[in-house]
Amino acid sequence: MLRYITKRVFAMLLTLLIIATLTFFLMKLLPGSPFNNQDKLTETQRYALNEKYGLNDPVPVQYINYLGKLAQGDLGYTFQFDGRTVTSMIANGMGPSATVGFEALVFGTLVGLVLGIAAALKHNTFIDYGAMIVAVFGIAIPSFVFAGLVQYYFGVKLQWLPVAFWNGPEYHILPAFSLSVGVIATVARFMRTEMLEILGTDYILMARSKGISKNAVILKHCVRNSMIPIITILGPLSIGLITGSLVIENIFAIPGIGEQFVKSINLNDYPVIMGTTLFYSFLIIAIILVVDILYGIIDPRIRVAGGKS
Amino acid sequence: MKKSKWSLLLTLVLVLSMFLAACSGGSKDGDEKAKGGDEGTKSDKPAEPQVLNILDGEEIPSMDSSQATDSVSFEVMNNVMEGLYRLDKDNKPTEGVAESHEVSEDGTVYTFKLNPNAKWSDGSQVVAKDFVYAWQKALSPDTLSEYAYIMGPVKNANAIQTDGDPLYGKVDQLGVKAVDDTTLEVTLEAPAPYFLGLTGFATFYPQKEEFVKSQGDKYALEANTLLYNGPFVLNEWKHNEGWQYKKNDNYWDKDNVKLDEINVKIVKDVATSVNLYETGQTDITGLSMEYVDQYKDHEDLYTRGEATVFFLRLNQKSEALKNANIRKAIDMAYDKQSMVDVLLNNGSTPAYYLVPGEFTPGPDGEDYRKTNGNFGGYDLEKAKELWAAGLKELGKDSVELELLNYDSDGAKKMGEFFKNQLEKNLPGIKVSIKAQPFKQKLELESKGEYDFSYAGWGPDYQDPMTFLDMFITDGPHNQMAYSNPEYDKLIESAKKETDEKKRWETMLEAEKVLFEDQAISPLYQRGVTGLQKPYVKGLAHHLFGADVSYKWAYIEGKQ
Repeated sequence: MLRYITKRVFAMLLTLLIIATLTFFLMKLLPGSPFNNQDKLTETQRYALNEKYGLNDPVPVQYINYLGKLAQGDLGYTFQFDGRTVTSMIANGMGPSATVGFEALVFGTLVGLVLGIAAALKHNTFIDYGAMIVAVFGIAIPSFVFAGLVQYYFGVKLQWLPVAFWNGPEYHILPAFSLSVGVIATVARFMRTEMLEILGTDYILMARSKGISKNAVILKHCVRNSMIPIITILGPLSIGLITGSLVIENIFAIPGIGEQFVKSINLNDYPVIMGTTLFYSFLIIAIILVVDILYGIIDPRIRVAGGKS
Repeated sequence: MKKSKWSLLLTLVLVLSMFLAACSGGSKDGDEKAKGGDEGTKSDKPAEPQVLNILDGEEIPSMDSSQATDSVSFEVMNNVMEGLYRLDKDNKPTEGVAESHEVSEDGTVYTFKLNPNAKWSDGSQVVAKDFVYAWQKALSPDTLSEYAYIMGPVKNANAIQTDGDPLYGKVDQLGVKAVDDTTLEVTLEAPAPYFLGLTGFATFYPQKEEFVKSQGDKYALEANTLLYNGPFVLNEWKHNEGWQYKKNDNYWDKDNVKLDEINVKIVKDVATSVNLYETGQTDITGLSMEYVDQYKDHEDLYTRGEATVFFLRLNQKSEALKNANIRKAIDMAYDKQSMVDVLLNNGSTPAYYLVPGEFTPGPDGEDYRKTNGNFGGYDLEKAKELWAAGLKELGKDSVELELLNYDSDGAKKMGEFFKNQLEKNLPGIKVSIKAQPFKQKLELESKGEYDFSYAGWGPDYQDPMTFLDMFITDGPHNQMAYSNPEYDKLIESAKKETDEKKRWETMLEAEKVLFEDQAISPLYQRGVTGLQKPYVKGLAHHLFGADVSYKWAYIEGKQ
């Protein structure tokens, strides 16, 4: 297991290096400068500014310089705000982004599981149809449409919850909820399908005929075994949350980092483009790694190379 | 139909019940805290709490007056800092740190008397050498201020910035001198009647050297690493969330400052701003085009003209656009009025000029725009005539041109409209559109890789020259290969002219020449639309530099 993880971590670093290289050269193909006042700068001023930030060097030289700094953990300074490092921008924005994402994931998975289990147990009843309608809508309606709707109804019309901002626990509810809709839907559908399949298997019949109570069978055998595909989709789902949070943060005025992912490209803010890309890539690769490791723990049938340890 | 409505209802009920069941535990506490924070109002104050709640679209990029380049920074600084003069409600210079000034006979030497009561927020006096330090800092090659060119009118400012010039980097040669603590002498390159207003611009604010140096590279990065000398101070600055102004008790004119507190929150989404306005959490919101119709009859709606003009650059590197008849035909072949009414719908007005209206009154008190009138206009018949003549001169029967455009939704619609009108009205023209993100568009523009380009220009100071000198031959902002020696001569002589009336007439003449050549095809003068609560009074809006002053604002009739 340990050998497997070391190997994976090494592959992860290599992937990051490839991503960094590609992003760096693609980014340098963008025309324009990172300076805020570009439309009013004269040629001489631009030259001097480029000189200061090393942007007059040939791109390969800039690339080597960047990697050198990256190896020391230095992501550089943003061009958008005076004296702020990319590291501090990511560190400050990561908190709210991660909080909303995590809350949405936990809430969405729990509700999705409950819906899915209920639908499967009450197969072909009102509850089943209801749950699946929720799921279909959850998949069909993008989170930002949903966010706009709940913001208007719960924030403006009913005034139960704050319209926007990031001040306390009650401010988390609408954004986390809007973001979780997709998760609820996906988890519920997967859980229902899987439960139905397992409920019809021989070993469940066997367990029941041994006289084990219905509840114990459902909890111990059925739900546990149905969880495996859920773990599988949690990886892609979390990645979906990262991209979804980009819009949700904007709508609910959450001081997250998602916005910078797109904005930095439009502004040619090179250090932030590199910083956010690497950060998100790292996150996604790490999630995939964790999911792969979790497999082995939950389902002994999926053991990676090395077998006994 | 009925079925889908039912299922929608069902969905909502289900979702809602889930969500209430899961969340009801943690949502009660902390709710009151946010709302009931301002209890400590003193009894001898006006009956109402003087608190303004507003939104801004961006985090503050810079609070260092020699580094700032953007409207958010300019606006915040305008309210927490003060230059020699500041702009009042009518956009006329009014006393700031300076309490009076004298101008030499030839108009090039300004002697400012500083107010001894003007204080920094640490209680020390704002003295003449604070200005000298800040101005020299802005021009120093080490600072690399992106806005340093704004100091151009001050003697030697341009030479100090020009690499290779004998004066390059010699900031002590700048035309500014601290005679004593309360006397500042500024020498200009040439008379500049707009100079007084310019001293209210951020780059001209003072900085206290001792404090700046003690903060090192932390200077102006947080609310407490900065000294203030304006009507307000930054009490709190939460990066990416918002900031809070508090009245500055050390301000020399604090008796005229009525607001105690201004809370600014960062919101980037217009729909969210509107919802916050509806729930009373912000007192002002801007509106984008799609909301204007919805709020058209709302009593809180305001529209306001700005001094920014949008126009099409006609690149004379293009063979077709080098022909004057072709340029004139194009300008006359599309309907600017309906373009503004239908596509913008936000208080913008069609432009038939370069220098915006209600921006600069001349020595006679008459607006520049009023005196010079409009140039050209929608005239299909004449457009077709000129077009035919132009094509004949070119010896062609069709022309293909590319429009370089911004990639915003609004700009894309404008581009489509322009293409559609031209292709309908001018036989043989084909327009292709290239939409690019803002910075990439600017780059292509400065390289001259386009035929038409949708461009805009806002003023740097309150004078027609800020628009006019853009188009001198090989000027850094010309970018369309326009060149007319007559135009160059007029601009040059206006810049040197000491007689204010003559200078004004020369500038009027210059714009006429520009339109005889039809160097550009003006589109519109931008306006803004928004909602403002009726109890917000006394806001001063400006046409260049900072957008708003809160110094004279107050709350009346909220309760």
